[in-house]
Amino acid sequence: MNGPLKRVAIACLLMFGLLMFNVNYLQAVKADKLSADSRNDRNFYNRYEVERGRITAGDKVLAESVDTGVNKDFRFERRYPGGKVYAPITGFFAPESERDMERAENGLLNGSSADLLIRRGIDLFSGKKTKGANVDLTIDPKAQEAAYEALSASGKKGALVAIEPKTGAIRAMVSVPSYDPNPLAKPNKADVNRAYNKLDKNADKPLVNRAIERTYPPGSTFKVVTMAAYLESDDSLGPQSQIDAPQVLDLPNTTHDLPNYAGAACGAGRVTLSFALEKSCNTPFGKMAMDLGYDALQKQSEKFGIGGEPLSIPLAVAGSRLRGDEDLDADKAALAQTAIGQRSNQMTPLQMAMIAAGIANNGVVMKPYLVNKVADAEGNEIESADPEELSTAVSEETAAKLKEMMVNVVDIGTAGAAKVPGVTVGGKTGTAETADGRDPHAWFISFAPAEDPKIAVALIVESGSAGGEATGGHTAAPIAKSVMEAVLRR
Amino acid sequence: MPAKRRVAQLAMLAFAVAIVMFAYANVGLAIDQKIPAGMLGYGLGLGGLMLVAYLVLAKFAPWADPLILPLVTLINGLGLVMIYRLEEVKAFGASASTQLMWTAVGVVMFTVTLIVLRDHRALQRLTYTSGALGLFLLISPLLPLIGVSQNGARIWIGIPGLGQLQPAEFAKLALIVFFAGYLVAKRDVLALAGRRLLFIDLPRARDLGPILIVWGLSLGVLILQKDLGSSLLIFGTFIAMLYVATQRTSWVLIGILLFIGGAVVAGTIFDHVYARWEVFLDPENQAFYDRELGGSRQLMQGLFSMATGKILGTGLGQGHPDLIPLAISDFIFPAIGEELGLTGLMALLMLYALLVERGLRTSLAARDPFSKLLAGGLSFILAWQVFIIVGGVTNLIPLTGLVTPFMSQGGSALLANWILIALLVRTSDTARQPPPQAIQDEGMTQVFQR
Repeated sequence: MNGPLKRVAIACLLMFGLLMFNVNYLQAVKADKLSADSRNDRNFYNRYEVERGRITAGDKVLAESVDTGVNKDFRFERRYPGGKVYAPITGFFAPESERDMERAENGLLNGSSADLLIRRGIDLFSGKKTKGANVDLTIDPKAQEAAYEALSASGKKGALVAIEPKTGAIRAMVSVPSYDPNPLAKPNKADVNRAYNKLDKNADKPLVNRAIERTYPPGSTFKVVTMAAYLESDDSLGPQSQIDAPQVLDLPNTTHDLPNYAGAACGAGRVTLSFALEKSCNTPFGKMAMDLGYDALQKQSEKFGIGGEPLSIPLAVAGSRLRGDEDLDADKAALAQTAIGQRSNQMTPLQMAMIAAGIANNGVVMKPYLVNKVADAEGNEIESADPEELSTAVSEETAAKLKEMMVNVVDIGTAGAAKVPGVTVGGKTGTAETADGRDPHAWFISFAPAEDPKIAVALIVESGSAGGEATGGHTAAPIAKSVMEAVLRR
Repeated sequence: MPAKRRVAQLAMLAFAVAIVMFAYANVGLAIDQKIPAGMLGYGLGLGGLMLVAYLVLAKFAPWADPLILPLVTLINGLGLVMIYRLEEVKAFGASASTQLMWTAVGVVMFTVTLIVLRDHRALQRLTYTSGALGLFLLISPLLPLIGVSQNGARIWIGIPGLGQLQPAEFAKLALIVFFAGYLVAKRDVLALAGRRLLFIDLPRARDLGPILIVWGLSLGVLILQKDLGSSLLIFGTFIAMLYVATQRTSWVLIGILLFIGGAVVAGTIFDHVYARWEVFLDPENQAFYDRELGGSRQLMQGLFSMATGKILGTGLGQGHPDLIPLAISDFIFPAIGEELGLTGLMALLMLYALLVERGLRTSLAARDPFSKLLAGGLSFILAWQVFIIVGGVTNLIPLTGLVTPFMSQGGSALLANWILIALLVRTSDTARQPPPQAIQDEGMTQVFQR
């Protein structure tokens, strides 16, 4: 019987061989793909095993991981002491995904990034669990909170972006209505999904960061771009140069005309460039654009960053655009409307802030960014911001002329409400008609102090203009003022 | 000439207990940051039990293979640790103290078997009694009053005041004794060649009776109790023993054909059998995953568990094996795989392989046909059971429920398997003792010697 017994022994060995082979296949070859399956709840649990890094704005903690106890299934819970005010920036760390800054810097925050390789090596030998890196933002909590407060006080939806013109550092970025990220970071999928769906279905879209994810017609604030293109076309032009300002501009090949706001007159038919901007007349800018042609306006826009590579700050920014599918070379009427920030002209509030900052910074537009520096849990710096020029939008001379005119807008024009005592403020109001017949949006872009710009602000209050050009300045300008004050008062 | 190697056996036994205690402390440190409070009790308990087993073995089966007891101790101990670990996170049904209690009862049964059964060949005289007992145990869950249906399978009997028993575990022992005795008697007839087809000598048609009967019995277990695992276990073991007894490859081929025939018929008629096949082919399919009965959720959770463990495992107490439904019983193998990784599973499979190999070596060394068949059958059923359940939970073969020997929580299986080991040890003792000296050595103690 020993012959068949030996064969049975070989068969048994083969069975164990097969089992071992299969286990090797499962745990060594197929493991990564298999374990990443969304039905593997371990991935969900593991998210709470790491102590994620903090997100801070200077001394203020915006997001932190709190140790709830070693024995808990979900050891580290994510909290957002900054709440609604900072939610559009921080985003949140949900059971199965993350959003905004939590997503953009996820690898650093959870410690898995290749930049933390050395740290992980050290921790491996000292037997410590690697903590995530801390991300410090460029946000100025005073400016941010002032902006949030002022914008929420309007009772409307809206967004605000404040940039440091010389570096591109974003000092405030607000979107209202906002949301509380705390319930969305609870380690309970069902609860989080319910809370998320409720926010997602909310008609006011609180989850959308209006400052960078949405575009609006910029209205009259866009006139600074048209003006920039006009000044760049001829060095001899200046704030005091004269331009035709009819009550109504005849638009070629259409039955429509381009009137001034509410059909009002603009001076005595011929005004200075400065006056046209101060009073925000439409007809001179329509005429400028028609004289310049689409190409010149388009090139100027591009130099301010419009329609270029999509920005990552590191949150993804929606693209701003000058036109839709109309041919602005041929369609002069559309071109004239585009030049005053209407028609298919669509800008993000961030883009408008970049325009104001570029003018303030002697024509140089800096690349906007939100991350000031990243340091590992022990405080060793991993990366820090390196301000970068995005483009030179206008010459230094043109920038000076634009500044002068924008200061006039605040001093004697439509934006008196933005005056900050003892500081030279430059700005431009806007009232953007919306296609669907709602109240127009109130815009304001500004910078201060003009001599040595520390801050540039752009903001929109959706349907914030109940009537009259003054409302752009009336509703929006005081909000910008409170932000500028918050930054300058120190 | 084989040596007794008793010191080596004691050292390995101590080593096995030490590994288990180390793993036990590991779980406590990982989960509670401290050595478990009951560690001393558990350690002394397991160590004491094994010492008793060792002493009884040394006295009543001194020539037995020295590796078998340490191997079983280690496997049983690792199972205990995993159950303790699952209990720590309150996994459904996990109870390490119950399992330790059953281990103790198992070891007692082991020693009692060794003490009472001085010569396993006595069992040969009980061939047909064993057969009848095995059959009765197999069908007992179907009897009214005592039979209990659970999780879709009717494989339990309830004993008032004692809880539930899984008689199939004991039936397999009785059936192996029966098969061995029966095949020793009939093997010459069954080995007779009938017609020759191609290169294979077919048996005579009139000798097909026994294999058809066992086939029918297995199908009965499958149909009436919905116990695919036990059905496959019994039929496969019978075929292997038939092959060893007759040396005829044709029996294996006939067995495989009968199995395929039975499986196809069962798959066509019974949805729950076909469901296993479907799930085997495409376990990741969301529709199968979501299916309430006979779905792939448990299987997939086991695979996720192993995949998360990767090569080195998460470490005991640091994974989430409790996410696998019923990780304490059929799915304890993937649970080990998550926390001890590929490394741990390879070691574990190696332990089983060594155990089976020591058993088959006993069979080779045995001098009479009954001992050979008994030891061969007991070893094979162990290997076959590990293959069916581990292959099932790793989706190498369709999943049919069976316990993982010595690891899964459950008293019946633990008890039956400790008795199985006692029979193997007894056979090994007889096989390894040098015949002339044996009588002199053991002298007056050989009361039951024929």
